[in-house]
Amino acid sequence: MLEITDISKTFNPGTINEKQALRDVSLTLQDGDFATIVGSNGAGKSTLFNAIAGSFIVDEGAIILDGKDITFEKEHRRAVYIGRLFQDPLMGTAPHMTIEENLSVAYLRASQHKAMFSRITKKEKELFREQLSLLHMGLEDRMTQPVGLLSGGQRQALTLLMATVVTPKLLLLDEHTAALDPATADKVLTLTRDIVSERRITCLMVTHNMNQALEMGNRTLMMDSGRIVLDVSGKEREKMTVEDLLMAFAKNAGSSLDNDRILLSTKKDREA
Amino acid sequence: MGFLTPNIIETAVNNGLIYGCVALSLFISFTILNICDLSTDGCYILGAAVGVSVTIAGHPILAIFAGMAAGVCSGFVTAFLQTRLRVPDILAGIVVNTGLYTINLMVMGLRTNLNIVGTDTVFSMFESLNDSAFWQGWSDTILLLMIVAALCLFIYWFLTTRLGLSIRATGDSAPMVRASSINPAFTITVGLCLSNSFTGLAGCLIGQYTKTAEINQGTGMVTIALASLIIGQMIFGRGPMMVRIIGTVVGSVLYRFIIAIALRLNVPTQAFRLVSAVIVAIAIAAPAIRDFVRFSIRKRSVMRAHRAERKGGETHA
Repeated sequence: MLEITDISKTFNPGTINEKQALRDVSLTLQDGDFATIVGSNGAGKSTLFNAIAGSFIVDEGAIILDGKDITFEKEHRRAVYIGRLFQDPLMGTAPHMTIEENLSVAYLRASQHKAMFSRITKKEKELFREQLSLLHMGLEDRMTQPVGLLSGGQRQALTLLMATVVTPKLLLLDEHTAALDPATADKVLTLTRDIVSERRITCLMVTHNMNQALEMGNRTLMMDSGRIVLDVSGKEREKMTVEDLLMAFAKNAGSSLDNDRILLSTKKDREA
Repeated sequence: MGFLTPNIIETAVNNGLIYGCVALSLFISFTILNICDLSTDGCYILGAAVGVSVTIAGHPILAIFAGMAAGVCSGFVTAFLQTRLRVPDILAGIVVNTGLYTINLMVMGLRTNLNIVGTDTVFSMFESLNDSAFWQGWSDTILLLMIVAALCLFIYWFLTTRLGLSIRATGDSAPMVRASSINPAFTITVGLCLSNSFTGLAGCLIGQYTKTAEINQGTGMVTIALASLIIGQMIFGRGPMMVRIIGTVVGSVLYRFIIAIALRLNVPTQAFRLVSAVIVAIAIAAPAIRDFVRFSIRKRSVMRAHRAERKGGETHA
């Protein structure tokens, strides 16, 4: 489904702030693969997502999605088949527009932007209502309210719906539950799991939670200094514990863990 | 009625309706798209220059569409600078505004003013439809009301279409728009072309209304339109879309009444610009002033209560 070959990206080349954010990263995802990505801050996880989504064009290498070379395609064109969620729940939605209006903007992907002068139809409203009811948040009865009135968790759930209202070929989740309280985060994660498995969406998810990294999906990647340093799946992954993952992290990265968030989240999970 | 004669009221309403088109233009660019488009002044005269030229040539109705088309061109250039050449929005507007000065002179045949003499305007054509005294007095207002009402309805309809929703989303959350596979460059371009066509329309209407186009008449137009927009927002708040659209026009008419009253109070014409600027500043600062007054009142009453409490405690002890 997704084929990334040797992509590299250097920010501010030739200046004192030069940063090689991605170094010859290669990654192949099969149809329906759900891979989690862990790594310390600045390891290149978000940069990898930005490269795939087209926020910038990579310096070297190629990105092929479903047989189509999208290396030089513009961000909004890739968005037709790539869904994306950010850590900040405020980013994925337009606060002054209603739930219904937000969904219909996201639904433009389905029409391929034909019929720009048409309005939201009854049929689409029914579809939105049906999909909203699957969230079990009561949003289906608040469709004409501005999104700014919703809580962070509700907004993130809505963003998830918007990203998948037209089934994407690839879904990028960038720590999309990190800013939510634990109960809401669980709810959004469960929703994510249900939607992704039900429609067999190929998915990449960044997380700082080592338990999640092993529990969600069928494959775990680890990044460090712009490289993928660990890639486990199948039997090897089933046997893996959080401690193993941390050990692998230390060994592969060749440095001790400098990320408090990882240690903290891991500690909390073990206590739980 | 002694203070405000029907004549003054009529002028205020007519001007308010015409400048309401500029306010609606800023409603699209400033409120909806969240873009500060400072090319308004030049675009307004462009509309007047093109409109008056075409009217002099004998096509007053065609002039309306020509004025709007000129506005679209101006808006396209501003949008092109912003979206394709990455010029910041304020700079793009200023650059286009400066360039338009020369363009406007060229449209007017390198003269600083143009006058409509002897040819029909849309207003004189509309007035000649009926002979009654009422019609003779109010036909201009009726025509302007019809044009502005049509404009309001069009904007309302447009903003509920998928393209309109995309434009609203562009001003509200750019990441959401990109994630929804919409090209922000496209929606900004459409939005600015649309908004500037309203400015061009206003210029064309004022040209035909006053039968003249003058190179400096647009100076400060963006401030006046902004004031109208904010007066409308202050009164009508963030209500439903139709209320906000109509509120913008009402704000523009109210602004003209404030000016009319100022003139009536014998404020000298030399002070006119200063009066305008003060009104704009007050209108824009109103929320901050209101909050400050509320805070002061609350602080004073709470502090007084605290003092009284302390004193009461001391006498008890």
